[in-house]
Amino acid sequence: MQSEKRSNSLARQILQSVMDASLVPFLAILTAVIFGGIIIKIVGGDPILSYRGLIEGSFGSTKALSETAVWATPYIFAGLAVALAFKGGLFNIGAEGQLAVGAVVSSLIGYALPEWLGYDIPAIIHLPLAILFGVLMGGVWAGIVGALKAYTGGHEVINTIMMNYIALNTTSFLLNGVMKDRSPTNVIARTPLIADSARIPPLFEGLRIHWGFIFALLVAFFIWWLLTKTTLGFQIRTVGLNPDAAKYAGINVKRIIILTMVLSGMLAGMAGTIEVTGLNYRHELGFSIGYGFDAIAIALLGKSHPLGVVLASFLFAAMRNGATRMQFLTQMPVDLISMIQAFILLFVAADAIIRYIYRIKSKGERVVLTRGWGG
Amino acid sequence: MTENNIVLEGKNLTKQFPGVLANDNVNFDLRKGEIHALLGENGAGKSTLMNLLYGLYHPDKGEVMVNGNPATINSPNDAIALGIGMVHQHFMLIPVFTVAENVMLGDETTKRGALDRNTVAQKINQISSQYGLSVDPNALVGDLPVGVQQRIEIIKALYREARILILDEPTAVLTPQEAEDLFRIMRDLTARGVSIIFITHKLKEVLAVADRITVMRAGRVINTVNPSETNSALLANMMVGRQVILTVNKQDRKPEEEILRVENFCVQDQRKLDVLHDVSFTVRSGEILGIAGVQGNGQTELSEALTGLRHPSSGKVLIDGVDVTGKTPRALTKAGLAHIPEDRQRHGLVLNYTVADNMALCDYYRPPFSRRGVIQQKALDDNSRKLIASFDVRTPSPFVNAGKLSGGNQQKVIVARELSRENVKLVIANQPTRGLDVGSIEYIHGEIIKMRDRGVAVLLISAELDEIMALSDRIAVMYRGKIVAIVDAKQPTREQLGLWMAGAHAETA
Repeated sequence: MQSEKRSNSLARQILQSVMDASLVPFLAILTAVIFGGIIIKIVGGDPILSYRGLIEGSFGSTKALSETAVWATPYIFAGLAVALAFKGGLFNIGAEGQLAVGAVVSSLIGYALPEWLGYDIPAIIHLPLAILFGVLMGGVWAGIVGALKAYTGGHEVINTIMMNYIALNTTSFLLNGVMKDRSPTNVIARTPLIADSARIPPLFEGLRIHWGFIFALLVAFFIWWLLTKTTLGFQIRTVGLNPDAAKYAGINVKRIIILTMVLSGMLAGMAGTIEVTGLNYRHELGFSIGYGFDAIAIALLGKSHPLGVVLASFLFAAMRNGATRMQFLTQMPVDLISMIQAFILLFVAADAIIRYIYRIKSKGERVVLTRGWGG
Repeated sequence: MTENNIVLEGKNLTKQFPGVLANDNVNFDLRKGEIHALLGENGAGKSTLMNLLYGLYHPDKGEVMVNGNPATINSPNDAIALGIGMVHQHFMLIPVFTVAENVMLGDETTKRGALDRNTVAQKINQISSQYGLSVDPNALVGDLPVGVQQRIEIIKALYREARILILDEPTAVLTPQEAEDLFRIMRDLTARGVSIIFITHKLKEVLAVADRITVMRAGRVINTVNPSETNSALLANMMVGRQVILTVNKQDRKPEEEILRVENFCVQDQRKLDVLHDVSFTVRSGEILGIAGVQGNGQTELSEALTGLRHPSSGKVLIDGVDVTGKTPRALTKAGLAHIPEDRQRHGLVLNYTVADNMALCDYYRPPFSRRGVIQQKALDDNSRKLIASFDVRTPSPFVNAGKLSGGNQQKVIVARELSRENVKLVIANQPTRGLDVGSIEYIHGEIIKMRDRGVAVLLISAELDEIMALSDRIAVMYRGKIVAIVDAKQPTREQLGLWMAGAHAETA
């Protein structure tokens, strides 16, 4: 009886909370699309045709769908990275850098390991190694910031930004130097191609969508399980919601801060690794400009919930992917998409605007101006 | 004269908040030169009423009259312009500014663009002598005792020519002697035509100082009475709506073996200044040691250092003979400590967690709540159902967020979690009933006594002297980070304790 009641009311509660949580993001997207349409109109374009191009380009064919999923894959990992950190009360702006170091290490293992060993390695060992080291490198990179936060109080926002500079410039140094592709025709900063044994196979012949996409969905589910069902997740959420209470409850807050950053960095590293092993088969300077930053928007839009992150990743992926088709059809520049994304983020972050436009009452908060023990 | 001497009146004031009717058709009037006490429990609607009168809220219905004329008060500035001044419970003073600078803040007197401190100082001196509020305009506020800081707040209001003063829980931070001083000042002010609204939940003070008493409960005015026609018991009944036992029932009990020993305990703050010097005491099984003292004399630091939230700089703590100095909160919990923290919303609860999760906040990591790293939600739920029933927590379900509960029920969640742990040998309760309704206070006092009777050692820290005197078997008094006296609870009078709280035993500073 009791448990039935709970599951019943819980199902309703969950549905209610999903609707509450997704209402503002949904309206934010809608409003941003309307704003985008107005701008298209102002600059003399055709909003309907532009958006049709956008949708065709992202969902209109098997190939378009495949490409959207290809875009979504690193977005999901990087978005989860930022979302996990948010849950732990940390703002990881450094996904971009963690992603870069992950990609560097992963590609190094991918092309250089067989050379060092002097023989070919089976894919079943080589691929996991390439992924593992990329992921670990991302974890270490973010873990440094976590340790600085835990032991010196250094703010993670500043330190992840600084670590981004170090990561991106070190990457540039390596890709122009020791790791540069020495083939005679190459003039750009990129690594040699990784060995076949370090590549993630495609899902379907002839399409670029690869198993990394499925893996991303599995990892999203795993992160949800970790956060909501495990003792570690309980600790991360407690530290995120109330670090004082966490300390009182006997949680080692410093350890959890470091661990949260490491896990977040591992996910970001995964985003870089998956692009190297699943798509590009090498690391090239500038391939990812923006993934790590879009990830912040994705995590915000997805309300830091793994399912929300997956959906937001798809949205961003579809917009990026469909933009080319839109440009082809209507000569609307791809940059318009960045504007719409910025609008979405603006409306989600400053949700008071959306609540005002659509007259949504915010729930549960009551204004208390003077609060006393007896008053 | 009868109608004209009403200086401030709220007529049929109604204010609705989401889910709460905070003020329901409230009528309240203040006569010229009287002290009108507003008495009520936490959440009775006193603060809402004052915020309506002071312009922080706007009433849904009803109107505010000042000196017989309808007044629109949309902001504190409007209120000040109408001669209404408010002294908040938490002072709005800037410690690094002088008295004069604080008084003129927001209403600066300038001379050719520069602050004119001299004119302000003169005016302050004039107000001081007129109303008997002695204070040095050039002293830094941070150096002054709390009682004097309160005086500055009053001067600030008078400086703005307030003729109506609203004092919100003014005695909460004062020693009994300082409170007496304040009452004298209040009477002087009324003798000079100032009218005062005195908000409090302390019955004794109301009877001592008020000319009229209005009691509020659940958003309504229950009655307005004269002190001569009433007594503590009647007022308490009006406040709570039922018979209240004002004294705590407690049998004598012989304390047994020593559970907590604190030796030469010192704690420093962030600036490396001693906030706790050389504190030593013991608490035995079946005994309540009450720590009395005005807030901010090291009680917070003492309880935090004893419960692992803060590192002591030197000294020793033993629980049941085992050295636990500087141990983590979890180690202390395992050693048998139950901690009811001073700030329940900051330390005691995660407000965005459900009641069920909060009830396992300290034990989530071990069986039956957690197995192989996975939370056993059913065990958490079952545990919370049991505790909700046995500790009478009023919540619609275990799955409601703790932040949605009333203060009393939030505190019950903490008390249930802490006192139900099976290995408890020592309870450290800091301000366990602050801000709670009378019913919850009774309940929590009962639970603390129950623990003592079961042979648990209890360290009770409270700024409410009545609470300390009602519950304790022995009383220690803290003043400026030191224990200035430890005595049997039956020994000292209220006045004696008050003197110690003001540092009578300490060095002459």
